[in-house]
Amino acid sequence: MRGATHAKWAACAVTVALAATACGGGGSSSGGGGSNGVLSSSWGDPQNPLEPANTNEVQGGKVLDMVFRGLKRYNPKTGKAENMLASKIETTDSVNFKITIKSGWTFSNGEKITAKSFVDAWNYGADLKNNQKNAYFFGYIDGYDKVHPDTGSATATTLSGLKVVNDTTFTVKLNQKFSTFPDTLGYAAFAPLPSEFYTNHSAWLSKPIGNGPYTIKSYTKGSEMSLRTWDKYPGSDKAQNGGVDLKVYTDNNTAYTDLTAGNLDLVDDIPAAQLKNVKSDLSGRYINTPAGIIQTLAFPFYKPEWNTAGAKKVRIGLSMAINRPQITKTIFADTRTPATDWTSPVLGAAGGYKAGLCGSSCTYNPTEAKKMIKEGGGIPGGQLKITYNADTGSHKEWIDAICNNVNNALGNDKACVGNPVGTFADFRNQISAKKLSGPFRAGWQMDYPLIQNFLQPLYYTNASSNDGHWTNKTFDKLVNEANADTDTASAVQKFQQAEGVLRDDMGAIPLWYQNGSAGYSDRISNVALNPFSVPVYNEIKVH
Amino acid sequence: MGRYVIRRLLQMIPVFIGATLLIFLMVNVMGDPIAGLCGDRACDPATAAQLRSQFGLDKSVWQQYLTYMGNVFTGDFGTAFNGEKVTDLMGSAFPVTIRLTVVAIVFEIIIGITFGVITGLRRGRPIDSTVLLLTLVVISVPTFVTGLLAQLFLGVNWGIIEPAVSPSAPLNQLIVPGLVLASVSLAYVTRLTRTSIAENRRADYVRTAVAKGLPKRRIIVRHLLRNSLIPVVTFIGTDIGALMGGAIVTERIFNIHGVGYQLYQGILRQNSQTVVGFVTVLVIVFLVANLIVDLLYAVLDPRIRYA
Repeated sequence: MRGATHAKWAACAVTVALAATACGGGGSSSGGGGSNGVLSSSWGDPQNPLEPANTNEVQGGKVLDMVFRGLKRYNPKTGKAENMLASKIETTDSVNFKITIKSGWTFSNGEKITAKSFVDAWNYGADLKNNQKNAYFFGYIDGYDKVHPDTGSATATTLSGLKVVNDTTFTVKLNQKFSTFPDTLGYAAFAPLPSEFYTNHSAWLSKPIGNGPYTIKSYTKGSEMSLRTWDKYPGSDKAQNGGVDLKVYTDNNTAYTDLTAGNLDLVDDIPAAQLKNVKSDLSGRYINTPAGIIQTLAFPFYKPEWNTAGAKKVRIGLSMAINRPQITKTIFADTRTPATDWTSPVLGAAGGYKAGLCGSSCTYNPTEAKKMIKEGGGIPGGQLKITYNADTGSHKEWIDAICNNVNNALGNDKACVGNPVGTFADFRNQISAKKLSGPFRAGWQMDYPLIQNFLQPLYYTNASSNDGHWTNKTFDKLVNEANADTDTASAVQKFQQAEGVLRDDMGAIPLWYQNGSAGYSDRISNVALNPFSVPVYNEIKVH
Repeated sequence: MGRYVIRRLLQMIPVFIGATLLIFLMVNVMGDPIAGLCGDRACDPATAAQLRSQFGLDKSVWQQYLTYMGNVFTGDFGTAFNGEKVTDLMGSAFPVTIRLTVVAIVFEIIIGITFGVITGLRRGRPIDSTVLLLTLVVISVPTFVTGLLAQLFLGVNWGIIEPAVSPSAPLNQLIVPGLVLASVSLAYVTRLTRTSIAENRRADYVRTAVAKGLPKRRIIVRHLLRNSLIPVVTFIGTDIGALMGGAIVTERIFNIHGVGYQLYQGILRQNSQTVVGFVTVLVIVFLVANLIVDLLYAVLDPRIRYA
């Protein structure tokens, strides 16, 4: 009897298995073409809740860029800040700004966007109790130290520098001169928020409501987000397609496989292992364009041995020992460009990028490198240990390559070694605890396409991301002057002078600019990456 | 029997507490997770301090552990860094992984035991050698190779399956990943069953059954297989836990958002709440699976009695 039931059960299971496999096949790309066509795109699980002032990585930023529009928007091609919701931003002293917004804009739930939508959102973002990771963006606004003190509890909940004048106007008072402040307002943290954000926060988080060209149709955390074109979107940059389905991939290799199998339309992160096949696999549907990201080697200037006149020569010598073109070609398959300054090509010449500013210090020259390092008294401590986190990216490969360069230049096998740290968090821990004794990997992804953003947060004395604690009075002075300058062209020039100071002291060794790389299916066209290496979704056409 | 079960359940408590404590300490050793939350820049100190106190990271490890366990017993597994409740993450991840594991186990049972019985009864024959060779190949090829090849051929080149499983992970899309996940264990089940069957074929009770003139089918299923299944059931029982926790490679290849994915994500982001929560549940799965295996012994072999 039992034998019979066993057999029956097994037979059923086999039948189910076979039936299931039979219907498992076939592609399922859905939706029509034209302006109603929906495309699918790879996505990563956002690290933080999707709030504008709380999102500091690309995956969350991708969604914010589709769902929100702020006062300004960075031109996806040129990176220039252009008015979006702002009709004018006026100032006479680079401290007090009067911002007028266009009328007729609403959130996708119908709520009108007024000056208050901005002021409330900025106050929320700055308020310490809300734990917003981008709170420091509001640090230039007067009263920030009351709302968000470095230690202790807040003594105010609103920024004293923000005042609503009427429905379409508000004023901003800064705590220092900052002439390019209006150009920072395209950053997602400055987006307006609807009242539902405050009154029904958890509902908003599970399905964010914004004012951009797309609305969120459904959101399954960690798996998928469906965005659809918002028909009543009042902006000029309406979506050219019907919507976008963002699918979370646990591995970018799988996303790439899905693209080649025809199940996915767009992958904005080509896995390193596929870079050599990607051109033939996708026959021209591969994009590799510069993004506002630079990689550098930073030094622990809090260690006295790195802060001497001799150590300066050593730093310049080390920079000369690195064969940038060879590493970017062989290790990165040309998805990096050798750096010749401390900014990024996406700024353009008018924005402050100056090719060759680093000069001979960034040109491969092993003999001169050896001479400089010798003159400087050799590597402090006798051995160069370059610290990096081993858990993500392929940092080991290029660090080893750099060490190889240095060892060859010095004719010493043990002159330079990599010093891996297990996790990114631990790596960050050691940096902020000032535990490192040698150079370490540093990367900077711009928040907004301004030369100021590549210099001030990284090299100004005690700035938020000055991890090496490099400090130079002349540099600080020039940055202050540049910020006070109301004329953009001469401000940029002053920033470049400051960059010259950084070069002469080799405050950090520039390595390469990172490109954004993407591949797409033949179902879609007009695909481009913006300077933040995020696809310009609203311009993609579906066939 | 009842007393035995109760005793075993009581024994689980210290194992459970010890295991969670170990995991908790291990995750804690990795350092301050808040430092990695702000990307390639330092979190501003005030926000970092606030986050630390919100996640209870400013307290001593013992205090953290006690609070955590206290919460666990009320069903609160804490909050992940992305603001989601760990119980919500479990709610989405475990059903998917359980489905995947069930598919894998079903394959193990059906294919593994069938092959095991066939080869065990025909020892030394060509079919036996063929299956032995095949299982050797399957055991020696790592899962990620099998997985990637299956994905490339079945998914991309021939278009029989979807290369990536959709978020809802319906059963039909899990057939191939399940088979890949099961492959190595399947080979072991085959070999275990084969040896066991071959050994018991010469046992007295089988000879008696044959002498009684029972039909061959009945001898094999009722007498031979039932007794030979004890080591196999032990293996499959412990394999349930191993498959659920170890599915990470298969889950990554086929983009399945299950337990392995959440654990990987949790470890990468040093999210102790997620890691400890998921491992805690996995520990329970292991313990319960072991208990069930032990109870099954008595069903399979009436000579085994529990007191």
